[in-house]
Amino acid sequence: MLKKSKNRRQFNRPTAYYIWVGVFFLFLSILIGSFYYASQKIEYIWRWNRLPIYFVYKDDIEITSEIDGEVEAIVVKEKEATITIKGMGGSESYQVPAGSIGVEESDLIMPGDTLAVYQKWKPGLLIIGLWFTLKLSVIATIFGIIIGTIGGLSRVSSNPALKWFTIAYIELIRGSPLMVQILIWYFVLGTLINDLLATYGFGRLSAFWYGVASLSCFAGAYVTEIVRAGIQSIHRTQTEAARSLGMSYSQAMLHIILPQAMRRILPPLAGQFISLIKDSSLLGIIAIRELTKAAREAVTASLQPFEIYLAAAALYLVLTFTLSMYVQRLERKMAIV
Amino acid sequence: MIDVRNIYKTFTQPHEVKALVDVSTKIEPGEVIVVCGPSGSGKSTYLRCLNRLETADSGQIIIDGIDVLDPKTNINQLRAEVGMVFQSFNLFPHKTVFNNIMLAQQVVRKRSKQKAQDKTMELLEKVGITDKSEVFPDNLSGGQQQRVAIARALAMDPKVMLFDEPTSALDPEMIGEVLDVMKTLAREGMTMVVVSHEMGFAREVADRVIFMDKGAVVEVGTPEHFFTHPTHERTKLFLSQIF
Ligand SMILES: Nc1ncnc2c1ncn2[C@@H]1O[C@H](COP(=O)(O)OP(=O)(O)O)[C@@H](O)[C@H]1O
Ligand SMILES: [Mg+2]
Repeated sequence: MLKKSKNRRQFNRPTAYYIWVGVFFLFLSILIGSFYYASQKIEYIWRWNRLPIYFVYKDDIEITSEIDGEVEAIVVKEKEATITIKGMGGSESYQVPAGSIGVEESDLIMPGDTLAVYQKWKPGLLIIGLWFTLKLSVIATIFGIIIGTIGGLSRVSSNPALKWFTIAYIELIRGSPLMVQILIWYFVLGTLINDLLATYGFGRLSAFWYGVASLSCFAGAYVTEIVRAGIQSIHRTQTEAARSLGMSYSQAMLHIILPQAMRRILPPLAGQFISLIKDSSLLGIIAIRELTKAAREAVTASLQPFEIYLAAAALYLVLTFTLSMYVQRLERKMAIV
Repeated sequence: MIDVRNIYKTFTQPHEVKALVDVSTKIEPGEVIVVCGPSGSGKSTYLRCLNRLETADSGQIIIDGIDVLDPKTNINQLRAEVGMVFQSFNLFPHKTVFNNIMLAQQVVRKRSKQKAQDKTMELLEKVGITDKSEVFPDNLSGGQQQRVAIARALAMDPKVMLFDEPTSALDPEMIGEVLDVMKTLAREGMTMVVVSHEMGFAREVADRVIFMDKGAVVEVGTPEHFFTHPTHERTKLFLSQIF
């Protein structure tokens, strides 16, 4: 609000300000209009009404019998019903919603016969994808922060082993494309790790975790640089003041340097994690069904690429926008302290 | 209390500077020493060598029986006994005045919260800032900030206090309030090494004045001797410049 009125005051006449606001919306409509016009030209048929099923849809659930026998009893208890089938070898019961039952007592049942049919809401492809993207991003963000903090501290340490290891790590990650790193994580490291795990009798790690690993390591390298810059932006005199009181290096870091660095780290950190959300779209290549992969599947099923890709973009926007809003609030809160 | 023998310090970066050349000083408990000399003469370096913020290249420094330059010395323990006040205050901007004074008491001295709070209140009273205890340092005047910095150092119950030009960053009207706190300390018997060009302060409370130039101690004497008949030409020249 404040910003707007300040901008407006720059204009001598308020009408001029509103004319330019009008120009903005005019351009926007022209853009959208010509996009729509072009799509009409290629005779694309917009079917927005087909989109909702990729968010949620009602699915038919069939309950089928696994044995042959006779319906012995149907017991209805409020909204739940229990169907008991008595066969040669013994009896089996099935829980179904009341009102969905398609058999009666003493009916003869063959294996595979439908006992009940009902409908249930299920998340559509896009929501499943969104959920995976969110899960991937949140977990990778947490690991990214851990790696970045340790990395940043090692980077400013005077211990050459820590320092050089960190520099090598950063150069390695920043010098190769994320896509290649994902492939290496899954097809090279993944094969080795899963093989080792199998040798020692553990289960395999799924593609999801290799996806998390590649994103965390990628973001971790950038966060390391952000943390390093944050620490180095706090003047040396602060460390000296703390050390002169008898604080150890780590006490000075913990109580004096890091809390002050935090404020400067936050804005670039937010940018990094917004990138991470978007970068997770590459993980479709190792068969993780994140939002982009889910959208592609939905396109294959529906043959409505325009609506679905636009919807996917909008969903990414919701994630990134929520994150940047949250960080802005956090920044304001920290500025007060 | 402080026995400095033949210390040398040479900086190699960005270019070679002999900051300290064969400096020796002996300071008795309860003594107040004022160190003066032209800019770049090595006063700060001398002071910073005393608590090993800079490590002297050679020589020996003994404070209260502890060998400062011995790598086996627990330097953090030593620094807690040697308070330091900087020209630019260096308060912790993210902590209130109260917490600036609290922190090291709890972290370094491991005092209970209650004890640290009592000590903090006592010191705030001593330096005259009781009404600003919940304020952040950036909202204080320079004189107030420097008094908080003195309280922060005193909170460790140091045996020695080092001051590096504590009033040179202050507006003239605030110098007095900081010097008053320092004078009180001096009268209470604190061992103090003060780098300062406040000759009034030197005259009033200093036991001895040390004049440094080009990294070496040129002249040592009582304030009386110093201001009435300095022997060295360089001392005379310096004194004529600051008056
Ligand atoms: N950290 C440092 N690195 C390089 N040179 C330094 C450093 N600290 C001080 N010096 C140099 O050492 C000399 C003495 O400096 P200093 O002790 O700060 O003098 P003073 O406090 O008397 O003004 C100066 O020439 C200064 O440039
Ligand atoms: Mg100096």
